[in-house]
Amino acid sequence: MTERKPPGMSGEKPADSRTERNAIIIDEQHALTLAEFSHACAVQTGYIIELVDEGLLTPESEEEREPHLWRFASDQMRRARVALRLQNDLGINLAGVALALQLLDEIETLQQRLNTIDVMMNGE
Amino acid sequence: MEYKDYYKIMGVARDASQDDIKRAYRKLARKYHPDVSKEPQAEARFKELGEAYEVLKDPEKRVAYDQLGTNWKANQEFRPPPDWNAGFEFSERGFGGGDASQYSDFFESLFGRSFRSGYDAYGGAAGNASGGRGRGGASFHAPGEDHYAKIMIDLEDSYTGATRTITLQVPEVDVQGHVSTREHRLNVAIPRGIRPKQYIRLAGQGAPGRGQGKRGDLYLEIEFRQHSHYRVDGSDVYLDLPVAPWEAALGATVKVPTPEGIVELKIPAESATGRKLRLKGRGIPGKTPGDFYVVLRIVPPPANDEAAKAFYRGMAEQFKSFNPRARLGVQT
Repeated sequence: MTERKPPGMSGEKPADSRTERNAIIIDEQHALTLAEFSHACAVQTGYIIELVDEGLLTPESEEEREPHLWRFASDQMRRARVALRLQNDLGINLAGVALALQLLDEIETLQQRLNTIDVMMNGE
Repeated sequence: MEYKDYYKIMGVARDASQDDIKRAYRKLARKYHPDVSKEPQAEARFKELGEAYEVLKDPEKRVAYDQLGTNWKANQEFRPPPDWNAGFEFSERGFGGGDASQYSDFFESLFGRSFRSGYDAYGGAAGNASGGRGRGGASFHAPGEDHYAKIMIDLEDSYTGATRTITLQVPEVDVQGHVSTREHRLNVAIPRGIRPKQYIRLAGQGAPGRGQGKRGDLYLEIEFRQHSHYRVDGSDVYLDLPVAPWEAALGATVKVPTPEGIVELKIPAESATGRKLRLKGRGIPGKTPGDFYVVLRIVPPPANDEAAKAFYRGMAEQFKSFNPRARLGVQT
């Protein structure tokens, strides 16, 4: 389980390793290459190229034609993982997955706006 | 261990055709898929469903399951009858493709553990890591699989950076091919400026490689706990700020909490509910820091005693010509 550990606090059960300080945020500056990204998603690079061609994923450097120059950040990682699960679990094709992702994004936007309105109306 | 009624879980009759079972699965899977469902317990339901389908879609397993008879009730204490599966031989086809969720003890007592891939598509609860998809066969040199886990942090952690101890369940395969899990505790420094749904990467903390292959990486998906008064949108942070009518009308300087501490905020005169005030760069920190938005909400004092009521009556008198519903085209 997770636990908060303020710096300098002693007497706590130590983990079996020192603190990992090389955690890197997968953002625009530390985006993954096609090879890294495919490995992280446990799929062949060809599958990722298919997802990009289908417009399901948008690499950071969108104008790049050469797949080996593509870079992928966190938002694309999440999309790819959801796409994979939807394909495997629900047996939908890529076009269907693309549509599902688009609708899920829209639902999330609407949900957020709804929450904002709820707070304005009810104070909670 | 409890008996599982797979037919009931899938909502089909015991004599349902394989086509009916497939249809029922597809329908329920869409309803409870954790990526699309808003249902409570969706993840648990989806796993249960996957398990039921795993058995019922496979004629061999279905026949074996049916052998248990119809006298069992769901959740009833269950012990497999001795030699119940004598004479059945399970071919492994159908397994290993896609993701094998973690099945129940009931399932495993019937169909064994050998095919468990250890792949948990959803990362489970905080710190429950998952292996990559099982890839059979030996290759000479291959990098280890990347692992995933999800961790929950608080908004404040993103302003300061934080340390989390996570416990990863690492699947291990011994020489005989038995799969077991080993706990691996890891302290992780979560970088300042992390945003919800971002991943962080810990190089070399994934599965060991084969041969000379290097270790895989560990990816942690960051989720923010719901905060009691802040909302996060990308790198921007929102606070709904209740103000008294006179503060909004006349302007005021009020104390406002932010994740970095209390600040003084000047509320312009004649502000209305919904007015947004921006504290530039006070959102989630980073190279391009987000902004902190204060959204005003006017809260009238209660009219719960005679003096307060008298005051409201005085207001009504004072603002006789004020029609809050003018835009709706109705008279007061």
